[in-house]
Amino acid sequence: MTEAGYNFAYLDEATKRMIRRAILKAVAIPGHQIPFGAREMPLPYGWGTGGIQVTASILGPNDVLKVIDQGADDTTNAVSIRRFFTRVAGIATTEVTGEASIIQTRHRIPEKPLTENQILVYQVPQPEPLFRLEPHRAETRRLHALADYGLMHVRLYEDIARLGHIAKAYDYPVMVNERYLMSPSPIPAFDNPKMHQMAALQLFGAGREKRIYAVPPYTPVRSLDFEDHPFRPIRAPHACAICGSTTSYLDELVTDDAGGRAFICSDTDYCQERQQAPKAAAE
Amino acid sequence: MTHLSPGFADPVLDAQASFRAVLEAMSRPGRIQRIEARITPPAPLCTAAAAALLSLADSDTPLWLDAGDTVAEWLRFHCGAPIMPEIGAARFALACGAAPSLAALDVGTDEDPQLGATLILQVAGLIAGDGWRLTGPGIQHEHRLHVLGAPADFTAAWARNQALFPRGIDVLLCAGDSIAALPRSVTIAEA
Repeated sequence: MTEAGYNFAYLDEATKRMIRRAILKAVAIPGHQIPFGAREMPLPYGWGTGGIQVTASILGPNDVLKVIDQGADDTTNAVSIRRFFTRVAGIATTEVTGEASIIQTRHRIPEKPLTENQILVYQVPQPEPLFRLEPHRAETRRLHALADYGLMHVRLYEDIARLGHIAKAYDYPVMVNERYLMSPSPIPAFDNPKMHQMAALQLFGAGREKRIYAVPPYTPVRSLDFEDHPFRPIRAPHACAICGSTTSYLDELVTDDAGGRAFICSDTDYCQERQQAPKAAAE
Repeated sequence: MTHLSPGFADPVLDAQASFRAVLEAMSRPGRIQRIEARITPPAPLCTAAAAALLSLADSDTPLWLDAGDTVAEWLRFHCGAPIMPEIGAARFALACGAAPSLAALDVGTDEDPQLGATLILQVAGLIAGDGWRLTGPGIQHEHRLHVLGAPADFTAAWARNQALFPRGIDVLLCAGDSIAALPRSVTIAEA
């Protein structure tokens, strides 16, 4: 049962309407950041206030919610957001990617390909891809209006000139539908290709920065690169120590104080499914 | 005012379900969605258009309409949206009769294209599978949508609207309890 004294999914209806209008315009203009009146939420900025407000505005009683934090279902942030929505909306939650209708994520895209019946909601700390290059919002808005993204190309070029390669392992800028430069939120560059032509709708919420943006299903998303320096997703050259996957994104664990290292899947549900699969086949 | 029919039976969950139908329609342009909320809006307002407005319009969204005083009264009461005499000042425009010129609506600015209006266009019927060929974001290969009673020069007007991108207007096509969307990013080709 839901907590007494709260509206369904915590937000009041006027706020939901405002966010819903922003989401619809965000879908109509892929990659464009829409300002919205972000509300104070019962958790601090940086813990997913934007993602939570987007989720609260789209959530219905029949939805099944999955929340991941860096790929993991069992971290504090993921557990508390799931518990929050169980309390204020009474909805079902899951840790299984295939069972979820809405997946709220902090900084990862699940390894398992998403379907048309799913919506992926990203928690975004900094929605402006040009933020470190041009501090004035008034100026970046104009650059987006003119589709003038030379600054970012120069930034990537400087990496190549100094280091020989583009040294951006996460929050790697993308072009959405060849019009808007977009921050994919700090997902690893490894995940960028998954955004391209994804079957699921992708929504992005930045609470502190008060911006919402979206990538509709089946929309081209291209990581910026150069002809002679093509985009390369980075992955640790190891197999998962638990499930043995050689294709998933890996976390590095320090196992002792003598330099011991282990690599395991960042996506806990993916890893678990792979651990159970051989057992199921053996039975 | 003599008689005013009710809005959503469940203002919270009906609004949520209707919004999800509109979101699904907007994410997959040309795919027809059904509005499940049972409402009896005053004629000539259809269920889908009424549900879209009840779930999206409020005092922050100036509204233009051509549906007559009864509908205006109903929407003013249930949504609280200010009714505009000028279509260019509206965030939502509801057209039940002859479709207004797309060029008359607010298309937003290059820096704030989201200020472009949403036109809710009531048509005679929506049929999937033939008619217009739609391509663009949200569409894997091609979606077909046959709009009964679409304005004669609509595709030409749409091409002009699309050329303004990222500025432009977005259209919700409504017939009975069916709804399909044409976001400004979609390309329409005649069959």
